[in-house]
Amino acid sequence: MSWETLLDPMFRIPFAAGLLVALVLPMLGVLLRLRDEWLAALGFAHLAGASGLIGMAAGIPVVLGASLGALAGALLKSLGHFRGNTVYVLMILVGWAATLLVAANTALGSMMGHALVEGQLYFASTAHLISALVYTVLAIILLSRMIPVLVRARMFPGLEIPHRHVTWWSHLGFDVLVALGMALGTSTLGLMGAFALVFVPPWLAFRWASHWRACLAISVGLGVLAYILAFAVALLWDQPFGPTLVAVLLVLASLALVRGDVSGGRRRPPPASG
Amino acid sequence: MTPEPLLVANGLVAGYKEPVVGPFSIAVGVGEVVGLWGANGSGKSTLLRAIANRARIFAGTLEHSSRLTLAWQMQQPVRLDEMPLNGHDYLRYARADRVAPPARLAPWLDRRIDALSGGQFQLLAVWAILGGRSDLVMLDEPTNNLDPGSEQLLVEMLRSEQGHRAALVVSHERQFLDQACSRIFELGE
Repeated sequence: MSWETLLDPMFRIPFAAGLLVALVLPMLGVLLRLRDEWLAALGFAHLAGASGLIGMAAGIPVVLGASLGALAGALLKSLGHFRGNTVYVLMILVGWAATLLVAANTALGSMMGHALVEGQLYFASTAHLISALVYTVLAIILLSRMIPVLVRARMFPGLEIPHRHVTWWSHLGFDVLVALGMALGTSTLGLMGAFALVFVPPWLAFRWASHWRACLAISVGLGVLAYILAFAVALLWDQPFGPTLVAVLLVLASLALVRGDVSGGRRRPPPASG
Repeated sequence: MTPEPLLVANGLVAGYKEPVVGPFSIAVGVGEVVGLWGANGSGKSTLLRAIANRARIFAGTLEHSSRLTLAWQMQQPVRLDEMPLNGHDYLRYARADRVAPPARLAPWLDRRIDALSGGQFQLLAVWAILGGRSDLVMLDEPTNNLDPGSEQLLVEMLRSEQGHRAALVVSHERQFLDQACSRIFELGE
């Protein structure tokens, strides 16, 4: 274990690329949780993993290949008018089967399949960093406009009747944003690492936050904290990054369980008058 | 003087696979609070759904300005298991900023809405609709979960100046409608 490793210039680009992804994914996760669609992120991640591998076989860069698969999933979800979680489970199954079959039948696929599952952050390139930077800026700009529409559509479905076209574009735009985010996350942090960032910080933030902005801030803060801790732990103890990130997030969740904030759930008062 | 009509229904028959309500005729004018009363299953909520373009119109006409803005509070306001929004967030996202909320709601605004009682949340949800700027407000069974005191506050909210808009209120509680509305239509007569 060498602390100097942490300051090695070789790891600056991977660190920055992952940090940007860790900033955005928890924010998307808050909205996914509010919309009860967090399973969509896992579906997009599986499709991104599979299409990233298939794209590589066709000579397409992994970030682009992953994005195409995730985008196809987003369009299917938005235009297909599916109800419930069925479509997300089908995405997971299709993505999982395709990933493992491609990995089993090609040498490069086998190597990259492991990389996508384990999250080989340290191989993130300048292309990853530029993609992450452009995506983060775009996501922050778009989310600032989309959040009011998405929250209103979820909480007050009777208020958006005259503006359904605006709402529809925001729903589609959000799906595309999640798909691209998961593609970027899967190709940099690994499939489960990206999903954990979408799921765990918002889960805790929903329990702790006293208001909406605090929920977004706590979620992003936990995501970034977990990412930095995982980066250091994985580098110092030479561990695969994806599982390390998931483990760190689970430790944070366990601490919350010990505090008793999460285990029993927030008690809703009885529907008495008040 | 007859108020300027915002919505006119003539011989309206509405439903889903089959007709549920009608034929029904009504004109709702600016500044009015109109009650719809009837027994369970008389089609009160279906009528609101038809106005909101969420039910099928089988016969008759429904006329309103193409620029009419509509706010509809459904019978069960959306209440998730976990909602990390406080009362201020809730009203901000509803754009309920036409006038300040009633003083009775003030102590609840700093609390998370999933920590409010059923009655407190119901009043806040009604205000989220009434406090907005829509031309036509539709409330479906707004007295759900309310005790007599809260019901009286709701009456006061509805009787206060509605400005250049109208309210259509569905309820099975006749006494509440008598107190809150300027006119009452009975369905299933």
